[in-house]
Amino acid sequence: MSASAKLPRWAERGLLPLINLAAALILSGVVVKILGESPWAALKLLVSGALGTQEGIGYTLYYATNFIFTGLGVAVAYHAGLFNIGCEGQAYVGGLGSGLVALWLGDRAPLLVVLPVAIMAGAAFGAAWALIPAWLQARRGSHIVITTIMFNFIAASLMTYLLVNVLIKPGQQSPESREFGANAFLPAAHELFAKIGITFSPSPWNLAFAIALLAAALVWVLVWRTRWGYALRVAGQNQSAAVYAGISPSRIIIQAMLLSGALAGCLGLNELLGSQHRILIDFPSGAGFVGIAVALMGRNHPVGILVAAVLFGALAQGGSQLAFDLPKINRDMVVVIQGLVILFCGALENVFRTPLAKLWPGRLARSPQPSGGMPVPR
Amino acid sequence: MKLPRFVSILVAPVVLSTAVFAADFAPAIIYDMGGKFDKSFNQSASDGTVRFKKETGIEVREFEVTNAAQREQAMTRFAQRGSQVIVAIGFSQASAVEAAAKKFPNVKFAIIDGTVNLPNVQSINFREQESSFLCGMAAALASKTGKVGFVGGMDIPLIRKFAQGYTDGAKFVNPQAEVFQNMTGTTAAAWNDPTKGGELAKGQIGRGADVIFHASGNTGGGVMQAAKDAGKLSIGCDANQNYLHPGSVLTSAVKRVDIAVYQTIMDAKNGTWKGGPVVLGLAEDGVGYSLDEHNRTLITPAMEATLATAKADIISGKLKVAEYKVP
Repeated sequence: MSASAKLPRWAERGLLPLINLAAALILSGVVVKILGESPWAALKLLVSGALGTQEGIGYTLYYATNFIFTGLGVAVAYHAGLFNIGCEGQAYVGGLGSGLVALWLGDRAPLLVVLPVAIMAGAAFGAAWALIPAWLQARRGSHIVITTIMFNFIAASLMTYLLVNVLIKPGQQSPESREFGANAFLPAAHELFAKIGITFSPSPWNLAFAIALLAAALVWVLVWRTRWGYALRVAGQNQSAAVYAGISPSRIIIQAMLLSGALAGCLGLNELLGSQHRILIDFPSGAGFVGIAVALMGRNHPVGILVAAVLFGALAQGGSQLAFDLPKINRDMVVVIQGLVILFCGALENVFRTPLAKLWPGRLARSPQPSGGMPVPR
Repeated sequence: MKLPRFVSILVAPVVLSTAVFAADFAPAIIYDMGGKFDKSFNQSASDGTVRFKKETGIEVREFEVTNAAQREQAMTRFAQRGSQVIVAIGFSQASAVEAAAKKFPNVKFAIIDGTVNLPNVQSINFREQESSFLCGMAAALASKTGKVGFVGGMDIPLIRKFAQGYTDGAKFVNPQAEVFQNMTGTTAAAWNDPTKGGELAKGQIGRGADVIFHASGNTGGGVMQAAKDAGKLSIGCDANQNYLHPGSVLTSAVKRVDIAVYQTIMDAKNGTWKGGPVVLGLAEDGVGYSLDEHNRTLITPAMEATLATAKADIISGKLKVAEYKVP
């Protein structure tokens, strides 16, 4: 992550994303205007819907929890120079692992037993789903982007088969499993707050958020404070250097992908154990793909990912509020806004960097070079 | 936590305005992932609200969900804002309806294609197997090759219900009939993939099918187009789709979601609404096959007579149509 050296770190990490975000929102405002609604009212609704009420905050953080897991998953792979597009499938299959544990132990053991087993199962299933693409990349050179995308479809087919034929609760239309035993429900934030005397509006925000924060801390330690993390980053930035330093890139690729899949696999904790309390069809609903944007925007750093995940959570929640209150703005418009944010913060991040660097007081760049910014994934 | 005080200031106006609103009749509808404009199932529901609005001048609040958590959220929100009746479209909303109906025992809920056993929920289901059976019969009667096709959206119990009714109907007319079955996909995208629908239809036509029935939402557009391009026949689904390709669409297996939605909202308005199961089949005109000027020439008088007899027999119970059972 060699910053382009034209801007100080705080501007690179803080100011630039804010400018990109503002540009995306301004362009969204133009679209809202064309649709015949007031952009200012829409923006106010978006912000107040996401952060203005306890319920809104709860939903924002609930969505953010999903994005933290998948964002971390994408980031870990990214540090190894891999573009893991398969978090959607890994989250789906990982959720199957957590869900099966919840079905099995939910009415047999206390949460203190269910939760660790569910975490391990989710991580193990998610990692297993990443193993084959990882192995193919490491040993056969099959491109990880292609294989992980294909594994998303295989995951969807597998889960549809299991839910329609095996796990479905008999006698219902909907491809869903039966409800978990109550011991497998992760306590919701408002229930936890109530225990310490704070009233908080009900929302699906739950204990999985804390687990996501823990995972973020773990990733930070692992990637920046351990020998393995160093090897990971070296292998990601320069394979030849890694080999020269005695690091096996193919081993790193497999390990990084396993960790990546494991992190994405934990999404089921939030979505299934925390909120839906059953295994249902298509529960990641795109969180694996949003994770890519979150990782890009968060510069693949856990702190950045937390911020970006909350932003995308706020967009999801505020956007649904928008669709709810302004009939002219439907859910597709919300996707447009999210798309613009991704476009400006990910793909077009250099649009503002170069002019900003030129204008930076006392740092008039002589020859502004297009920055490499981040390691280019293979 | 400093939040609550700051929040209460923000929330106060909302609560106040709800109180003002509560007296008015404010029905609400929640579409599922397919979206309001899917030219099929959800849109049919939307037609019901349009008719209600036209007749009464009362606005129907609506919301399209994009993920599972939003279902219950939207129901809660509508209930808090004083909606007296909330209609949920699609089987996947059943668990959310159950949760919301328990939270708001005084609000009336209705679910289409699902069952929730609570006193304040009306569970509206259709006997899709009956209309599919008749369409299967029509297909076998119209087929020259004795081979007919079925293209489903996603492989879920509801679509298997269509497939089984159709197969049984075709075999009822012609026990030797061959029925090819394909599902479009395993993700929600399967409801919106006309290209793949067209490819599947072409594949079936290549194997000799000359009538193809789709139960696949938007995907069906591709199925029907492919049948038309090949000079074969297709059968529409949910809405009356005969008009799409006049002369090529044999008939449509209609499912009157619009009537169901209109009726439940109207009943709630008039105070005649009742919770509990509602099953709409041929007898209730909830399902059927469509016959209009666009397919008049395709359905011969002999075919029409056979179908009419079968319809009467199904209604009277003389002809039993098996229903797909969830394993």
